[in-house]
Amino acid sequence: MSPSATSDSPDRTSSPAASGVTELQNAVIRFAGNSQDGIQTIGGLLAKLAGRSSREVMTYMTIPSTISGGPSIFQVHLGSGEVLSAGDESDFLFAFYQHSYDSHIASLRRGGICVYDTDHVQEVKGDLDVLHVGIPITSATVEALGGSSRERGKNLFALGLVTQIFKLDKEKVVGLVSKQFGGKNEDVLRNAMLAFDAGFAYPVGDLLKVEYELQQGRGSAVDKVTTDGNTAMVLGLLAGGVRYGAAYPITPWSTIMEQLRVELPKYGGLFVQAEDELAAVAMALGFAYSGHVAVTGSSGPGLSLKMEALSYATMAELPLVVINVQRGGPSTGLPTSVEQSDLMQAIYGSHGDCPRIVLAPKNVADCFYIAVEACELAKTYSCPVFVLTDMALASRIEAFEQPDLSAVVCDPFLDLSTRGEDFKPYPLDGFTRHAAPGSVMTAGKYPVVTGLEHDEWGHPSANPGIHQRMTERRREKIKAFGATLPKPEIYGDESGEALIVGWGSTWGPIREAVERLRESGRPVACIHLRHLNPMPNGLEAIFARFQHVLVVEMNDEGLYGYGQFATLLRARYCDPKIRSICKTDGLNYRVRDIVARVEAVIGTV
Amino acid sequence: MSTAAETPKPLTKKDLTADHPTWCPGCGDFAVLASFFKVLEKLQIPHEKICTIAGIGCSSRFPYFVNGHGVHFIHGRALPFATGVSLSRPDLHVFAFGGDGDGYSIGGNHLDHAARKNVNLTYIVMDNFVYGLTKKQTSPTSPKGFKSKTDPTGAIDQPINPMKKLVYGGASFVARTHATQVKHMMEVFERAILHPGFSVVEVLSECVIFYPGAFDDGNPRKGGTFDLIEEKKWDHSAEDAERHDVSDENAAYRLASLQYPGKFGVFYETDRPTKNQLEQIGIDAARERTGNATAVDLLSSRFASMK
Repeated sequence: MSPSATSDSPDRTSSPAASGVTELQNAVIRFAGNSQDGIQTIGGLLAKLAGRSSREVMTYMTIPSTISGGPSIFQVHLGSGEVLSAGDESDFLFAFYQHSYDSHIASLRRGGICVYDTDHVQEVKGDLDVLHVGIPITSATVEALGGSSRERGKNLFALGLVTQIFKLDKEKVVGLVSKQFGGKNEDVLRNAMLAFDAGFAYPVGDLLKVEYELQQGRGSAVDKVTTDGNTAMVLGLLAGGVRYGAAYPITPWSTIMEQLRVELPKYGGLFVQAEDELAAVAMALGFAYSGHVAVTGSSGPGLSLKMEALSYATMAELPLVVINVQRGGPSTGLPTSVEQSDLMQAIYGSHGDCPRIVLAPKNVADCFYIAVEACELAKTYSCPVFVLTDMALASRIEAFEQPDLSAVVCDPFLDLSTRGEDFKPYPLDGFTRHAAPGSVMTAGKYPVVTGLEHDEWGHPSANPGIHQRMTERRREKIKAFGATLPKPEIYGDESGEALIVGWGSTWGPIREAVERLRESGRPVACIHLRHLNPMPNGLEAIFARFQHVLVVEMNDEGLYGYGQFATLLRARYCDPKIRSICKTDGLNYRVRDIVARVEAVIGTV
Repeated sequence: MSTAAETPKPLTKKDLTADHPTWCPGCGDFAVLASFFKVLEKLQIPHEKICTIAGIGCSSRFPYFVNGHGVHFIHGRALPFATGVSLSRPDLHVFAFGGDGDGYSIGGNHLDHAARKNVNLTYIVMDNFVYGLTKKQTSPTSPKGFKSKTDPTGAIDQPINPMKKLVYGGASFVARTHATQVKHMMEVFERAILHPGFSVVEVLSECVIFYPGAFDDGNPRKGGTFDLIEEKKWDHSAEDAERHDVSDENAAYRLASLQYPGKFGVFYETDRPTKNQLEQIGIDAARERTGNATAVDLLSSRFASMK
């Protein structure tokens, strides 16, 4: 998307059009301000616009963990091709304050454009290879609103500027603004439109020297859905048949429970805000025991509190979807930063032998699909199913095609059928099947679900043989699920120097890193695992074709030099060529970070 | 009326009896179980609709001894589990059982919240003032000076007052009885079960091994007095002015402040909407707004709004 000839990334091309307008294939726009400026709102509107224009989009934002105020950014990556990451560098920076300018000017690529608010930014670095465009955003907004609204509306003014600069479809943008603010009182919408129009009409053309136009998307003509990962997860849970749940608020999980609290009653269900994490998981298990597909969730610290009850769920074999929106730990850690450090907690974080199913979505759309799958697996295998998403996916907005709802939606069914004389909830040779309360037992003997070790009929037993056999049974059913998993798809070369292994929200940057490495002539590939425990069988056959297996994770290399998933892969395959690429700075991987770390292992050409 | 062939056979104590209790001979909990059976027999609740839930402790073995749908859950969390069952299954009769450690100590916070939410279920606490299953440690209701393995020279912490905790928490039915007083126990169990909302009965139930004689002061056969609360009859008589108004929260606190062994009977009873009812109002309103749309329709319109 380079408007000038200084681009250092050959894969992002621009072509001057006959009209003298510079066409962009994609553009990374970063808004830097304070959290109360509403920059998330305009970022979200731009993302939505991209979805409507069949463009690809991905966003990235940071939010301060303070209650109100503090520096905040929203980055939108719009593209007419495939957009895999939120962008390493921005092409355009909108700096609302001096601190925004100082902190983010380095994120602007060479030859990029920095639009700054001359009312707040006093000092710019003249020696940089960027084009500075000073606009009195604050005073122009105040003027447009009649001087009564203080600094509100700057975000809409900026949106007007963006619409003008990139020649976005003004009608569509206005439609989105009206939808966003139309529900509030008329003054709000009127002021929003005044600020937007002022930004749209601001004489910026001469300042920029070049005209830009984003290319139309080459995707399908169908409007895409644009939303964030937590919302996609909520919709997936609803589609998967979840009708009941309980949780306790914690960032960044809360937006899932807030939405479920509002949505579930529409489906005839209920979500309860519990008094604490322990009560939340207990209530959710109460729902599950009652015959429903239920969900609970939290972030790392909350999951720690839930663990005792989750071991009960393994022992009693109750189905439950458990979501962990990971953030930086340990303890309160970095509550609004991304990390993938709860994998071991999900797999092993409890007392006793608790084989569990652990899944991780790779992008926003996958949050929907993996939630549907988690519901299905919980029912089929009658066990807790963990979903490890993270802060990045939670708040990131992406555009994706609407799922085929008639194919995926599962209507829940409360099974209260009469159980016969042969009722056995935990058969050694079959699936677990509970009789929910309300089911008539023709033999006259009613079941008690227990956390004590028990026999096939659910009767408590401390018999050593029974504990051995039932432990095996709980393990083998999870292994049986693992055997059904297809081998992960290889992206890139079928064999070569390095195989990058990833899981979770790093899917996009890893894929883009593989593309860049291959463009520079390196035979590399990546696989991305969505099923972490059990993992698919047969990975060793893929590993064998590469000289290095590099596991990219956002967690620490630990005492022995390996990240959490790398540790598991080494334990399973005993393969010394499995090594780690780890980091814990609370930020998403940039594509060039991964490229550099891989090159550090395989060498540069 | 249906014909005889279609009429379900009446529920009997025999139908409800499951494993023989593992409690020690002489344990107060046997009488609680027997009274519970008799009340269920009287109320004729459909067998498959009975659901008993407990945490951990001697008394929390209760579900194994009742032949009904049951759950033996983890320590202290019977109430939130039971809350999940009650809120999602209005067709069931949900009972929670436990002791003083399970309900007032490790699960103490859940008791306050189940009470304030007025979840529709009945909770029976067998309070023996001691940890029995783990063999004599101090419990939250152990009196000061009680010698246990964790307080060999005598407990020093002030015990909690269950009645005050329950009234303060917002339980809409709060009663106290004594495991040796079976007739009274059955009366309050029946009232608790018929009460719509969160009903709690505290039963003084002696641990004959680790705290023998704890409740003799409330047992006439051991020289104590079983002093009953006289409830108002609202007959405008002079005596009635002295009687207890069960809807008076302050009067309930005054009763709860009496010197041990205090009084027995219903301390507090009020008619307050249950969480079950309040949530159902929200669910019904939401369903009506959607025009009882199917999940596919609801999700389709939601996705459309995100384009």
